[in-house]
Amino acid sequence: MATSMKKADAVIVGFGWAGAIMAKELTEAGLNVVALERGPMQDTYPEGSYPQVIDELTYNIRRKLFQDISKETVTIRHGVNDVALPNRQLGAFLPGNGVGGAGVHWSGVHFRVDPVELRMRSHYEERYGKKFIPEGMTIQDFGVTYEELEPYFDFAEKVFGTSGTAWTINGKNVGEGKGGNPFAPDRSTDFPLVAQKNTISAQLFQKAATEVGYHPYNLPSANTSGPYTNPYGAQMGPCNFCGFCSGYVCYMYSKASPNLNILPALKQEPKFELRTNAYVLRVNLDSDKRRATGVTYVDAQGQEIEQPADLVILSAFQFHNVRLMLLSGIGKPYDPKTGEGVVGKNFAYQNMATIKAYFDKDAHHTNPFIGAGGNGVAVDDFNADNFDHGPHGFVGGSPFWVNQAGTRPIAGINNPPGTPEWGSQWKAAAADYYTHQLSMDAHGAHQSYRDNYLDLDPTYKDAYGQPLLRMTFDWKENDLRMTQFMVEKMKKIAEAMNPKALKVSVKGAGSHFNTASYQTTHLNGGAIMGTDPKTSAVNKYLQSWDVPNVFVPGASAFPQGLGYNPTGLVAALTYWSARAIREQYLKNPGPLVQA
Amino acid sequence: MSNEDSPNERRDFLRKSLTLIPVVTLAGASLASPLSAQESSAKHDANKPAAPASHYEPSYFTAEEWTFLHAAVARLIPTDERGPGAIEAGVPEYIDRQMGTSYANGSLWYMQGPFNANAAPEFGYQLKLSPKEVYRLGIAAADNWCHQQHGKLFAQLDAATQDAALKQFESGKVAFEQLPAKTFFTQLLQNTKEGFFCDPMHGGNKNMVGWKLINFPGARADFMDWVERDERYPFPPVSIRGERA
Repeated sequence: MATSMKKADAVIVGFGWAGAIMAKELTEAGLNVVALERGPMQDTYPEGSYPQVIDELTYNIRRKLFQDISKETVTIRHGVNDVALPNRQLGAFLPGNGVGGAGVHWSGVHFRVDPVELRMRSHYEERYGKKFIPEGMTIQDFGVTYEELEPYFDFAEKVFGTSGTAWTINGKNVGEGKGGNPFAPDRSTDFPLVAQKNTISAQLFQKAATEVGYHPYNLPSANTSGPYTNPYGAQMGPCNFCGFCSGYVCYMYSKASPNLNILPALKQEPKFELRTNAYVLRVNLDSDKRRATGVTYVDAQGQEIEQPADLVILSAFQFHNVRLMLLSGIGKPYDPKTGEGVVGKNFAYQNMATIKAYFDKDAHHTNPFIGAGGNGVAVDDFNADNFDHGPHGFVGGSPFWVNQAGTRPIAGINNPPGTPEWGSQWKAAAADYYTHQLSMDAHGAHQSYRDNYLDLDPTYKDAYGQPLLRMTFDWKENDLRMTQFMVEKMKKIAEAMNPKALKVSVKGAGSHFNTASYQTTHLNGGAIMGTDPKTSAVNKYLQSWDVPNVFVPGASAFPQGLGYNPTGLVAALTYWSARAIREQYLKNPGPLVQA
Repeated sequence: MSNEDSPNERRDFLRKSLTLIPVVTLAGASLASPLSAQESSAKHDANKPAAPASHYEPSYFTAEEWTFLHAAVARLIPTDERGPGAIEAGVPEYIDRQMGTSYANGSLWYMQGPFNANAAPEFGYQLKLSPKEVYRLGIAAADNWCHQQHGKLFAQLDAATQDAALKQFESGKVAFEQLPAKTFFTQLLQNTKEGFFCDPMHGGNKNMVGWKLINFPGARADFMDWVERDERYPFPPVSIRGERA
């Protein structure tokens, strides 16, 4: 039988950004906190130390920092009547593993949110009418506003040491002509650091986007433009554009991570304990399933351990939160046939298109080995609802950008269209074009649909004998129309650069979700927040409607996917939720919103 | 050092010491200080004749497989007027050394059944074969196919016929008995590119020939002063262990 540990005030499942933020906030509130991380301890030293981290084969190709899917993966199918197959090799998305989670290997693009996307259904119904939203599209409002979240976005940026250019601060324009984003919502304070330098690729994008009448701005980046000390006393050094960012531990102490920006402060805190190699099997509930009593995990030796706690925080990666809720019986599982139930509902992703531009060797040296994960130049002219969707007949928007994060040769050699994949022609093209190309993305929002959802697989099991999570997911007509529209708008920028060749990668009509081709790790939903327990799994404070001493921060709470990268909103929502726990829940434990 | 490589660390270190000798002698290159430990180790073996890089003895591949591998990677990344190819880069050695890692056993992948080999390509890899098994079955099948078509093994064919055979495998038009030809080809090409562009400590990209071809600076990883400059990066690559091209 399971060994039982001393009861904690709070147990945290998963030590990425959400787990680290919660641990810091709850220990500040005086709670004894135990954090359980299924992967190993890892940090700038030794995992990120120079020069051993500058190793593409070990890190990106052999997936050193990513989830160990030999033990647990997900199964995937395109439709509700198909048989799902396991994702046997990491491909489309790359969840993290170990202390820091995906916050270790992420790039560092650190956005807020477009306020419209927090009230997606209401906004579209108000502007375009109810009939504009297609049948089967299940987008919802988050139930929280940008104004409510602004202080938490602001604080998270200070914790991360984010570099960027403001547009307005308390209504006053400070960013016009300086690289600010005219579509950005108002801010209470400036970015902690000025924007990073722009690569040649980003400069070319900026110039071309201006020429075609768009409004380029500096990407907000959690890679430091200069030395910085955050509110927790964590120190960061300036990013040197080493080019080993996404998929790597930052050896320069320049990319924000839970390990660098929060853990040093937690290590000073006697009320905090971090246990690694602790794989949580389930949240334990009392007999009426209205209260969590703690969690059960398997330790490094394979022993089952029970950790009792008054408060349970599920802060694992998006789909792990959903799976733990399903395995534990927290909330009613979603049924796509009836549309009833909430856990697993509104699983959404990202809707990407990419254009690569190739230049003559005498035209430009883009040197794509130079890079920083959060760095670049973007336009929001077609993001969110910044343009009239009326004539186009689709829901959702997309920022476009050059985000030169560093391109390494094993995975990154990319030749002009028509080049063979091997032989002398391939070799010559690699030599001629590797340092004379750039890549731009339309990082499209992705909407939620009635039959894109998560549940437990009936066949495949993890290494501990528990069912794998099953994704039922495919692209819909709205998604394909949107991405084709976006790529045409972005192509104008690419063409204005006068390249020698262009390669356009966009999903065509009838495209199905490809699990083998990397898109982004921006997975959303499945334990969504909202105002009604019939249509959401957690309330506006990320508290389970059904089991009120369970809180579930993470992108699992997003009712649909954003145009922007999700980490900024994950961090802000986690601080917002923590504040509600500290100021309301701890005084009177129980539901913070009456259903 | 990656976890998967650590069991071979000492062996790799010794091998590296040996293979570095001819490089130094021929090129007259001065070695960076991080190599001093290897230099002294090399002196220890100075009474033995220096082994050229190509004298690597495979641990996994049989003599017949080894012959195929050399011939195939020499066509995938040829030695030509643009410079050294897969052979000079040590790609066969790289691939053989990879066969001693957890990757080669499929241990990095979810390998529980049931398996559905007929799944649509959108579902990615769905076979129960590990990379090691793909090579064992695939090389035999490829040589067998060449023998049936041309009366010779792959390595005995002229370059144009070899290229034509590789294109057949790549397109999947050829049916191998025990695995899709395309699966075998895709793995071989992926591993060949890895061996051409990886850090030399993994046994490939010897003398950083892959990086020099494309002007990739390797482990320099500090471009603070180069971010905004639209010009050719002038410094040659360095490796993790401090070799300079």
